[in-house]
Amino acid sequence: MTIASALEMALVAVVLGVAVWTIAARETFAAVEGFVAYGLLLPLVWVRLDAVDVALTEGAIGGGLSGVLLLGAAARLRPTETLAAAERPGEILRLAAAVLSATVAAALAAGVLFLPDPAPTLAPAAAANAAATGLGNPVTNVLMAFRAMDTMLEKVVLLLALVGAWSLAPDHLWGGHPGPRHQADPRGVLAFLARLLPPVGIVVGIYVFWVGADHPGGAFQGGTILAAMWLLVMMAGLTDAPPIGHRWLRPMLIAGPVVFVVVGLGGLVVGDAFLAYPVAYAKPLILTIEVAMTLTIAVTLGLLMAGAPERSAER
Amino acid sequence: MNLALDIVTITAVSAGAFFFLAGTVGLLRFPDALTRLHALSKADNLGLGLVVLGLLPLAGSLRGGLKLVCIWLLVLLAGATVSQLIARAARHDGQSP
Repeated sequence: MTIASALEMALVAVVLGVAVWTIAARETFAAVEGFVAYGLLLPLVWVRLDAVDVALTEGAIGGGLSGVLLLGAAARLRPTETLAAAERPGEILRLAAAVLSATVAAALAAGVLFLPDPAPTLAPAAAANAAATGLGNPVTNVLMAFRAMDTMLEKVVLLLALVGAWSLAPDHLWGGHPGPRHQADPRGVLAFLARLLPPVGIVVGIYVFWVGADHPGGAFQGGTILAAMWLLVMMAGLTDAPPIGHRWLRPMLIAGPVVFVVVGLGGLVVGDAFLAYPVAYAKPLILTIEVAMTLTIAVTLGLLMAGAPERSAER
Repeated sequence: MNLALDIVTITAVSAGAFFFLAGTVGLLRFPDALTRLHALSKADNLGLGLVVLGLLPLAGSLRGGLKLVCIWLLVLLAGATVSQLIARAARHDGQSP
């Protein structure tokens, strides 16, 4: 056994251990901490599998963004936690839940273990047609050209998630500011970090988006970094989350899907099919879509973190 | 020349790994929040710094090396800030669990 495979085995053991611990943890807060650790370990597994694009997304979304969302949810649940823990479901219900979870896990495991060898793959076809788009990163090729429909619908799902969060607002606060107004010492360390880090973070975010054409990276990872910078400035109290009825907010939220659909319809007119890019303009068109998508992802994720409207717009 | 660089890499990365180990032991063994933070910051600052120093000869290009140094500086900034915030929260709670 080489050192590398020993390290991989240790990594897998730690990931599985953290996963089991996350499920077994009694307190919500402890479970969320376990989940964040799990989300930060998983990218290492993806890097070992040479899937750096997936690792970047997993680190940004699984470790960072979902972690912040779940931490916020855990903080909200804290006052009612002992009450909820007292209402233990009955034996039969718990047994049924355990059986259901075990069945799903077994089905997934069977699906992976009984894959034919070699597993069915479209990777050679994707690699053979890579020149059609002028992009060097095969993952971006698949996301933006060969399976562009999935990516477009993914952005629509993101928008629906935000609408779902907003729909928790009471009627009289509709159109108001999301979440609480964060207060922090304007001369404190958090405000200092919120002034120092965003210039660096914005450059890194745009770089990660831009480099996605030829290397691991892309709109989602870059957009998440930009959203994190925005959140940092909001949490330090340096700026307020805009009211959800703000005039320029809605166009930014739909920019990504709209540009995607417009380019797709253009493909119907000029080319052969919906989302078919003319070969000569493939790269500029994909870049245009990605710019709009990065903006939409950053604004959507930032607002998703900020939460449902809790304060009226006037104040 | 290559041998010398390899020795630098092995020495620095091993020393960095030692600081991570020491920091983790401190995190598990020290009695309260402030001393645990003290142990952790050694892993972040010195441990990662030594690992980055050891990896610099392998970076291949000046740009790659600069990126590594930037990662270390960003972790320093984040680590120092978060340590301050946690320490303040721990003191504010008035207890050291």
